Order: sequence, then structure tokens, then C-alpha cells
Amino acid sequence: MSRYLRSKKVWLLLAVLGSALLSRFSGAINEYYLQVIIFVGINITLAVSLNLINGYTGQFSLGHAGFMAVGAYTASIVTLGVPLPLVTYPEPSAALFARLLGALVLAFDHAVNAVLWVANSGVAAVHGLPLVLQFVVALVAGGILAALTGLLVGVPSLRLRGDYLAIVTLGFGEIIRVVIQNTDAIGGARGYSGIPNYTTFFWAYAVAAATIYIVVSLIDSTYGRGFLTVRDDEVAAEAMGVDTTKYKVVAFVLGAFFAGIGGGLYAHTTTYINPAGFDFQRSIEIVIIVILGGMGSTPGVAFAAVLLTVLAEYLRFVAGYTFLPTWLRQLAANRTIIYALVLIALMLLRPQGLFGGLRAFGASATRKVPKAA
Amino acid sequence: MSTLLSLQGCTVRFGGLTAVSGLDLKIGPHDLAGLIGPNGAGKTTVFNIITGVYRPTCGSITLGDKAIAGMKPNRIAGLGIARTFQNIRLFASLSVFDNVRAAFNLRLKHGFSHALFRFPAFYREEADVDRQVMELLDIFDLGRHRDVLCKNLSYGDQRRLEIVRALATRPKLLLLDEPAAGMNPTEKEALTRLVRFIKEKFEIAVLLVEHDMKVVMGICERIFVLDHGVKIAEGNPGEITKNSKVIEAYLGEQPPEAGTADA
Ligand SMILES: Nc1ncnc2c1ncn2[C@@H]1O[C@H](COP(=O)(O)OP(=O)(O)O)[C@@H](O)[C@H]1O
Ligand SMILES: [Mg+2]
Repeated sequence: MSRYLRSKKVWLLLAVLGSALLSRFSGAINEYYLQVIIFVGINITLAVSLNLINGYTGQFSLGHAGFMAVGAYTASIVTLGVPLPLVTYPEPSAALFARLLGALVLAFDHAVNAVLWVANSGVAAVHGLPLVLQFVVALVAGGILAALTGLLVGVPSLRLRGDYLAIVTLGFGEIIRVVIQNTDAIGGARGYSGIPNYTTFFWAYAVAAATIYIVVSLIDSTYGRGFLTVRDDEVAAEAMGVDTTKYKVVAFVLGAFFAGIGGGLYAHTTTYINPAGFDFQRSIEIVIIVILGGMGSTPGVAFAAVLLTVLAEYLRFVAGYTFLPTWLRQLAANRTIIYALVLIALMLLRPQGLFGGLRAFGASATRKVPKAA
Repeated sequence: MSTLLSLQGCTVRFGGLTAVSGLDLKIGPHDLAGLIGPNGAGKTTVFNIITGVYRPTCGSITLGDKAIAGMKPNRIAGLGIARTFQNIRLFASLSVFDNVRAAFNLRLKHGFSHALFRFPAFYREEADVDRQVMELLDIFDLGRHRDVLCKNLSYGDQRRLEIVRALATRPKLLLLDEPAAGMNPTEKEALTRLVRFIKEKFEIAVLLVEHDMKVVMGICERIFVLDHGVKIAEGNPGEITKNSKVIEAYLGEQPPEAGTADA
């Protein structure tokens, strides 16, 4: 019995079954509370996955909202089934140089349209499936596209260290947002509305459980110790044969994958997305959860996700309490100031994070194996 | 005598500064070699080009019959060169056990997917790594500290752990950068015995950078002397102590007799 209780796979199964069971009763809860509870689950996914990059691997990424946006938009396009309009081909021109350039542009447009055609046919095909499967395909597609974006961002920028990486990822996150904002074909600044409300309690928490399982399982292995060596000392890690570049890319791509899935879940619970919802501030919020929970502590970060999501919602009420002085209500309405204060207090009092050093799931995998005699 | 590692005409320049200049160096598969010279002579830089931290400005480095100059450090480690650092560089947030375990990364048959899906093969390999790590730790009397964070170890134990971690990569050549720095005479003697023991037990070559002449003379069968990036002498300990260039550049201010007297 105890052997099973110590198996991570059994815990994952229990968590998924538990989510399914609890989800049956979610109708009994006030709709607003349910929404907050679902946000908590999504934020756990986002923060735990960012923790793989920022906490365990020690690479400071500020681009999580960008990957979330990729996932949210991809998933919404799949479930909404909106065909993406093809690009119109340019008019042929007379001048020689313009003709050469025009030919290049034309070739590029043909390539783009081929991709769009494949995507549209894919979406159309998915719409023959039952709704649940449509949703799963949408989420996974969002995750994969976000992961590809992560690869694209990560490979050139992961050679940068510390602050530089933070700035580059922040820049990429903003680029993703601005590109979406200026692409009318996917709603531009207006965004998408009427996205089906598929994200139930079950989906939010099953995905959160899977994310925790994957991150914890990876870290708790000889292979996974590689992530920590990259964080602790890159030079020593390489001298011991650790391929630090590969570890950084794996962390980044996997982190982006779950951010993409989180984005898909988010889109299918708010039923409305626009580029402004995935701005820099969103990235900062997830980073703050990770720092609050203690970089490199999965239980800590998961708990901080609960704490900060609930706090953020509670502040909305505080802002509405007319018996409070105006300055206090304005403070409550301005979450970033509160976050900044929380961060300053944390850095002064507990720089390792609220739960830093907590290793509930952290014990060595090898302990579960009876020692070879 | 066959050659394990060979440097030919290696030069390293940092901007205007020539840290190593036209260095030739050969190490056999079971050598205990020493690299000595005054501070700033370029000894650590030699380690850094051998392990791929820097690429030599010119010259070639071969390990066995492979040219390794400019290869990535992790690949060179995989080919069989391990090192310690002048300023100890352990993985500070990891336990003693995990510091050594991390070095098994190189020889892991199962990676990412096995860590995720945790099939029986995964547990078997982890148990295998566990056993090998404990074996190594026990050989060096660190087994009782297995769960201690490495930064809480004594200085001497940290130095030893760094050597154990390097050995865990199963090297053919071990580079030790001033392993006796900061040790007292008793610890230095223990270290001398340790290095000789490692050479015998693991049948590897060792290249040692060290200032303490007693340690160098006690360990090395062959010594290279660097001064301002130039190799000024090469030979067995007896030849080196008599070499007039070496006495002038390095030993002069600190003759080995004096080192023996205060030990
Ligand atoms: N990364 C570097 N950039 C610039 N100069 C360096 C660098 N590394 C070493 N040096 C210089 O090269 C010379 C040799 O240094 P080093 O190899 O550390 O000497 P040793 O280990 O023999 O004391 C010194 O003058 C040092 O300042
Ligand atoms: Mg040095």
C-alpha cells in the first residue's frame, strides 16, 4: 500500500479522478466562485511551468504571457472553427526590380497560404469530432504552437544570461502581443468573443495536476538534476558533462507548452480574449507567484498561485467597499502597487520565498527503490 | 610511451595579454604530472583550454587521436577529461549525494521520457546510479554526509567532494587546480596520499596545478614549469629543483627546503 502512495503516477491518477469527481458538484457553487476556483487552477499550471524555467533552471524569463497568448488564440481558433482568411496576392508590376521582389513576395504568400489552408482544413476536420475531443485537440494544438514559439525564442536568446535574457523574453512577449493586435485576420485589437465555455473545474485541475506531475517527475531524477546544476553553476555543470544548452531549451520549450495550454484553458473560461489580456503585466503576475512561492519549490509555487489569485479577486471587493477611505480603495484597485509592496516585503523578510526550501515532493526518486543488497 | 593528451603550440591571448604562449605538453595515460609556476603564469588558462572553457587562439589539442580544441566543455568531459576548480565550484543548492549524482548525467542511458513515464527501467537505472554514487562517496569517506548540503561541508571535505564529483564522470585524465590551497599540513599530506590512491585505483592520469612544492614533489613524476605563459622547463622533480631558470623564476623566493622545514 505505502509503495503505491509513494508513486507519483498514483498521485496523478488520484488528482485527475478527484478533479472529475469534484467537477460533478461544481454546479452547486456560485458561478463567480467557480470562476475564481478555475482561475486558481490555471494559475497553478502557469506558475508551476514558469518555475521550471525561472526556479529550477535559473533562467529569468518574462515572456510567459506571450506563450499564453499563442495558446489561447490557437485553441480559440480551433474551437470556434473560424477559417483564417488567405493572403491576397500582390499585383504584378512592370519594373524589373519590382518584378523580382514581387516574385519573392508571391512565393512567400503562396507558402503562407499553403500553411493557412492546411490549418483551416485541420480545423474543419476537428469539427467533425465530439466537443470534448475538439477541446482536447484545441488545447494540445495551442500547447504545441506555444512550444514551437518557445523554441524560436529560446534557441537564439538562451545564450544570454540574467537580466539580458529577462529583457529579450519580455521583448518577445510584447512582439507576440503587438503582432496579434495588428493582425485583423485573428480579430486584431478587438480579439475573439463567444469562445465556448469548455473549461470546467475538471479541465483546470486535471491539467494543473499533470503539470505538477511532469515538473516534479522530471526534477526528481538523475536526468532532472541537470536543470538544477545549470542554475547553480553553469561552468561546473558543463565541466561535468551536462549539456546546459539542451537543458535550457528543454525547460523553455516545456514551460512554453504549458503556458500555451494554460492560455487555452483561460480563453475557454473567460470566453473572450484580446491582446491586452496578455500584456507584460500578466507575465509579471506569474513571475511574482513564482518568487512568492519560492523559486524551485513546486508545492510552494502551487500554494502561492492559490494565495495570489484569491488575493487579486478579494482586492476587487476591497476597492468597492465605500466605507473605506478613498486612498485605500484606490490602492486596492491598483494591483500592481500591492504586488510591488508584497515583493519588497518578501525580499526583505524572506528572500527565499514563502515556501522556499520546502521539498514535500522533492525527496530522491531512488529512495523509493529498495536498496540493492 | 603512448600519449593521452597532447598540446601543440597552444597560445591564448586575452586582448593584448598573452596568457599562454606556444605551449607544447604531453601527458601519458598513467602519468602523475604537475604544472607549476608563479601566480598569473597561465596555469588555470591551460586547464581552461584543455576543458573547452576557452578556445586557444592558435595551436592544437588532441586527446587520444581526437582534436578537442574549441569543442564544447560537456563534450570534452564526455571524452574523458574531468577537472576541479581553483575556487571550489560545487552545486551549492544540492546535497553531497546529488552533486555526485549530477555527474552521472553523462552516462545516463535513459533521459527525459523515462523520468516522465517512470517505467521499471527508470527505477533500475536510478538504483544503479544510486549504488555507484554511494560506492564513490564511501571510498572517499563522504558517505555519512550524503544528505548534507555541500555548502555545509568543511573546506577540506568540499575539496574532496569536488574531486569525487569529477571522478564520477569516469575520466581518463583528471585535472586538479590547486587542490591543496587553504589546507593545513596534515590535510596536505592526506591529499598527497589521496591523489596517489586515485591514480592507482582508477588507473587514470592526473595533471596537478599546485603551489606547495612539497605536495608537488610528493605526487608528481613529471613537472612542467610555466612563467609568463611560456614553458621554461620540463622534467622529473630532481631535474626541476636543480634547473637554474626555474629557481630564478619561481623556486628562488621559496626553496623547497624551506617548504619542508615549516611543514
Ligand atoms: N578571462 C580572462 N580574461 C582576461 N584575462 C585573463 C582571463 N583569464 C586569465 N587571464 C589572465 O591571464 C593570465 C594568466 O592567468 P591564470 O591562467 O589564471 O594564471 P595562474 O592560474 O597561473 O595563476 C593572468 O594575467 C590573468 O589575468
Ligand atoms: Mg590559477
